[in-house]
Amino acid sequence: MPKFNLKINNKNHTVEAAMDTPLLWVLRDQIGLVGTKYGCGIGQCGACTIHVDGNAMRSCLLQVSQAEGMNITTIEGLSEDGSHPVQQAWKDIDVPQCGYCQSGQIMTASAFLERNPNPTKTEIRNAMNGNICRCASYNSIEKAVEVASKKSS
Amino acid sequence: MRPSKQMNFSRRSFIKTSALASGGMLIGFNLFNACKSDVKMPVDLSKLNYNDFNAFIKISEEGKVTIFAPNPEIGQGVKTSMPMLIAEELDVPWEDVYVQQAPLDTENYTRQIAGGSQSIRLAWTPLRQTGATAKQMLVNAAAAKWGVDASECSASQGVITHKDGNTLGYGDVVKEAATMEVPEDVTLKDPKDFTIIGQNTSNVDIDAIVTGKPLFGLDYKEEGMVYASVLRPPAFGQVLESYDDSAARALPGVIDVITIGEKMRKVLDAGKANWSTVIGTSDKVVVIANSTWQAFKGKNAIKATWKNDAKLESTKDQDDQLLAILDGNDLDVRRSDGDVNKAFAEADQVLERTYEAPFLPHNTMEPMNFFANVTPEKVHLVGPVQTPEAAAEVVSALLDRDLSDIHLDMTRMGGGFGRRLYGDFVFEAAEISAAIKKPVKMVSSREDDMTTGVYRPASKYRIAASIKDGKITGYRLKEACVNGNMYGLIPNFFPAAAIENFQVESAHFNSSVTTGAWRAPYTNFLASAEQTFFDELAETLGIDRVQMHMDLLENAKNNPNPNIEYSPERLQGVLKLAVEKSNWGKAEDGVYQGLSVYYCHNSHVAEVADIRMEDGVPKVEKVTVAVDCGIVVNPLGAQNQIKGGVIDGIGHTMYSDFGFKDGVPSSNNFNTYNLIRMGQTPHVDVHFVENNIDPTGLGEPTLPPAGAAVANAIYKATGKRLYKQPYMNHLKLEKVVG
Repeated sequence: MPKFNLKINNKNHTVEAAMDTPLLWVLRDQIGLVGTKYGCGIGQCGACTIHVDGNAMRSCLLQVSQAEGMNITTIEGLSEDGSHPVQQAWKDIDVPQCGYCQSGQIMTASAFLERNPNPTKTEIRNAMNGNICRCASYNSIEKAVEVASKKSS
Repeated sequence: MRPSKQMNFSRRSFIKTSALASGGMLIGFNLFNACKSDVKMPVDLSKLNYNDFNAFIKISEEGKVTIFAPNPEIGQGVKTSMPMLIAEELDVPWEDVYVQQAPLDTENYTRQIAGGSQSIRLAWTPLRQTGATAKQMLVNAAAAKWGVDASECSASQGVITHKDGNTLGYGDVVKEAATMEVPEDVTLKDPKDFTIIGQNTSNVDIDAIVTGKPLFGLDYKEEGMVYASVLRPPAFGQVLESYDDSAARALPGVIDVITIGEKMRKVLDAGKANWSTVIGTSDKVVVIANSTWQAFKGKNAIKATWKNDAKLESTKDQDDQLLAILDGNDLDVRRSDGDVNKAFAEADQVLERTYEAPFLPHNTMEPMNFFANVTPEKVHLVGPVQTPEAAAEVVSALLDRDLSDIHLDMTRMGGGFGRRLYGDFVFEAAEISAAIKKPVKMVSSREDDMTTGVYRPASKYRIAASIKDGKITGYRLKEACVNGNMYGLIPNFFPAAAIENFQVESAHFNSSVTTGAWRAPYTNFLASAEQTFFDELAETLGIDRVQMHMDLLENAKNNPNPNIEYSPERLQGVLKLAVEKSNWGKAEDGVYQGLSVYYCHNSHVAEVADIRMEDGVPKVEKVTVAVDCGIVVNPLGAQNQIKGGVIDGIGHTMYSDFGFKDGVPSSNNFNTYNLIRMGQTPHVDVHFVENNIDPTGLGEPTLPPAGAAVANAIYKATGKRLYKQPYMNHLKLEKVVG
């Protein structure tokens, strides 16, 4: 099987995997970063969202062969100790119910706020519409993104 | 899931530990002050040496406390709220408490189940007694140490104080306390003295969740573990005939291909299954591989043929059978007051409507998975299941192993909603590990999860009311469902005892589609049917919707022998609160309001939905919810459950459709199946009825009333009554011009 050199959370990893293996499963099963979650495998739910050069991307749609050379950040690399403003806001508002979708929600929100630090309510709702939360913690997610935007601005 | 037996306070949970055999190195200096709440010690609570005190509580010499959360955590918040009950009566600062998930342990715990919104209601007294008993034993131990009478000592915030001013930390006496007599009767705190119960307390796993730590079954990993992907019949009613695994075996990472199913059939045939066993009888092809992705690819490369073992049902067939049940007359009478036939015969007018709802998958965000390692020494099971005890019982029959060999550790669960009440995925993992003699994790893809799982059964209700001289004289409800009917308590819900001539009948047909409980079973659709029917009935009678409901509840209050589950007063209470807080009847123009009031799972709820029309499409802007669940243990967690239940209810009643074509499910992933998203989500405004009544659950009760609140608002906005879910598929709107 081919080898790939990946840069994840500022660390280099060499992995052996079939070319078409989604980065999601390389992260989870081979590198042991299980914070990035599997929800649908077809880019519909957002649970597998990571950052690629600062942009939110669905790691279930990114093949490991494409990921070489990219600067990848996962939830585990978003901050040293959960101190990123979005993580802080998630704690302040106590957003999670089951918590399974939340790393994807946080990665989507943090990339969005990076590009749009002072979003309107509508912009927040549109930005987060791609991430499904089956427990429907949507009111808390919306509020936490608002609180996070005030924390960092 | 129906509420079940009272959780009895098992005295065995007080382990009589002999003096710590290991002795444990005493920390050099006396840290009893460390347990005063103002001392902020940078202590990693999880690393401390704890002394067993009882099955729920461990206390370290420093006075830090570990509390075991006994029930499965599926996002309903009991891993936080149940330990709060213990910590309150143990009287320790919450920040000194470290919560750990308890494994399955039928020796020390009872009813380790997540279902029926019963955890808090059943644990309210027993867990407080556990905390209070532990506190009394600590006080007794300190009194013994000082050689004084225990009545001269008091305990608060982790410190025991004697009237002469001597103090000892809980950690200083825990070893002695653990060996003392367990006191019989302990007094519980008066709610006005609560310091933890009633406080906003954030999710105990929040730090791990927001930093992506391994928490869920899918995250569990062990040295030497392999992965398994299971090929199950593509259509309900089919069984495996033959398969060719040559292509699969050629794929990278595929270790083996086996079949399972025989052991499970033996268990079913021997009647060793239990109430939580819902599983097909076909053989299944299992691909074993070195990673999840390789297992999935291997499974997809299997070429299998299937033969029909039962009729392959399509939605049309199922609908016809359900309608035939409603049209027929051989339903079981579940409750009958007065004489409905007479009331309907003498009526001036009869209003009769039929309401229909589809099958629904649960779609927990975390697909089904489980870990099993079957060895001669023990059967180690790890993963997300809502009924660990029932699952362990079936695994012991499945593998012919003693129950004491089965060790089940519960992970945090990425949603349950009832799907994880059924341990089919546990049995598959166990059967696979036993066959390949390796630790294995069975992983389902989303496609597997949505097409081979357990579904909310489709159901239809026909509700009729007889009217004479402008009064409601009779009410008749017929339920047609799949594989089962409403559980025993539901016939005693509203409007039982509120209408003199009242009858509930139900019948079902058996389908090969596996069905089971789905968040607020049966009531999750019955409430929509009933509360839209009453809306239409009020209009037919030309009377005010709220007044009609208050009067009906008044009838129930004055009924000499009501035999009902709900409290008419508390339903009137939430109705009044919702009407007041939603500005009912005085909304701005362009805003249309719908009302729904419902009791289930021991809690009383009323909801008012506000909608606006946007480009001819109804948009739910706000839902005002009034909830009476007695004392609110954790307001933060309660708000999350209430809002989650409302929005989940709106999502599934408005957007989620599911059916079958020759036994094959109509959708297998989120591209062809709608779950509610942020863009469709209303703001939920929560109001609690303040009282000191013992608390009841919140995992399910706010979901059922949501559908009708929205449907009644849509009627106001569009003039269209809604009878079939999902509502948005059946809301025929004239073409919006301009």
